Amino acid sequence: MILVISLLILLMLVAAIAAIFFKDLINAVIASCMVSLIASILFYFLQAPDVAMAEASIGAALVSAVFIIAIRRTKRYEE
Amino acid sequence: MKSIISLILLSVIALGIAISLDKIPFGVPKTKIGDYYIDKGREETGAANIVTSVVVNYRCFDTLGEVTILFIAAIGLGAVLATRRKKEKREIEPASLVLYAGCRFLFPLILLFGAYISIHGHLTPGGGFQGGVVVASAFLLAYLGCRGRRVSETGIKTVESLGGLVFIVVGLVGLAVGGHYFLSNFLSKGELNSLFSAGVIPIIYIAIGLKVGSELTGVIDHLVEESE
Repeated sequence: MILVISLLILLMLVAAIAAIFFKDLINAVIASCMVSLIASILFYFLQAPDVAMAEASIGAALVSAVFIIAIRRTKRYEE
Repeated sequence: MKSIISLILLSVIALGIAISLDKIPFGVPKTKIGDYYIDKGREETGAANIVTSVVVNYRCFDTLGEVTILFIAAIGLGAVLATRRKKEKREIEPASLVLYAGCRFLFPLILLFGAYISIHGHLTPGGGFQGGVVVASAFLLAYLGCRGRRVSETGIKTVESLGGLVFIVVGLVGLAVGGHYFLSNFLSKGELNSLFSAGVIPIIYIAIGLKVGSELTGVIDHLVEESE
């Protein structure tokens, strides 16, 4: 169990760092969405299903959609 | 130069967090209030889900503040985006067949799931906030799949006002009938773990679900309309 959780935390860190370094902003949004998704899995493991549900629906779904709509209005690639 | 400044700022923030967390023992609760909720929560509120009994019964005034914050944020977004509207109508490219068919299949199921989460907030994990967000994500899917179709703005505003009104009215009735504080639980508690239990908690959570769902649908509506 502790191995799975450590692996998830490692994956979360990698995704968070990748979100900073991606030049394509759509990829960065997907990486930050992955951070939220793994956070929600971790909340579930920590016996907080309410928070996990909120994190998955807000952090992974709605925030990513808002970012992608904003990127569609502006530029997709970072200089 | 810029990176040095940000490094200094970052270390100051890290130091502050370290100092403030230094004295707190890890994994040991410092207050007794959590134990009180776990021991007495079920019999005092009648809700099987203790998180819900805290959010909608013990700390319901904070919940009213949260809902108000979301309301003000949605209004602010509408005010910012409404200043530049009504460009020329462009031809909207229809979505692909797979997305269209999947959207038509999934939209009612996601709506049902959101309603289930809102209504069963006092029995299972989740509640009005989570259910409202799930409902809003169903509308987001509908905007992606069936382009050109819009939710009526009057409908969104009506449902939102209705949700807020129910919250306030139930609170004031509780103040008048049940006791000497706002939103006191004046209905009968019922049997633990049944759908019609916990007094006013399901009513308030359904109202919050309607309010949050319609507010976020309005936000998505504004953003999608602006991006087309």
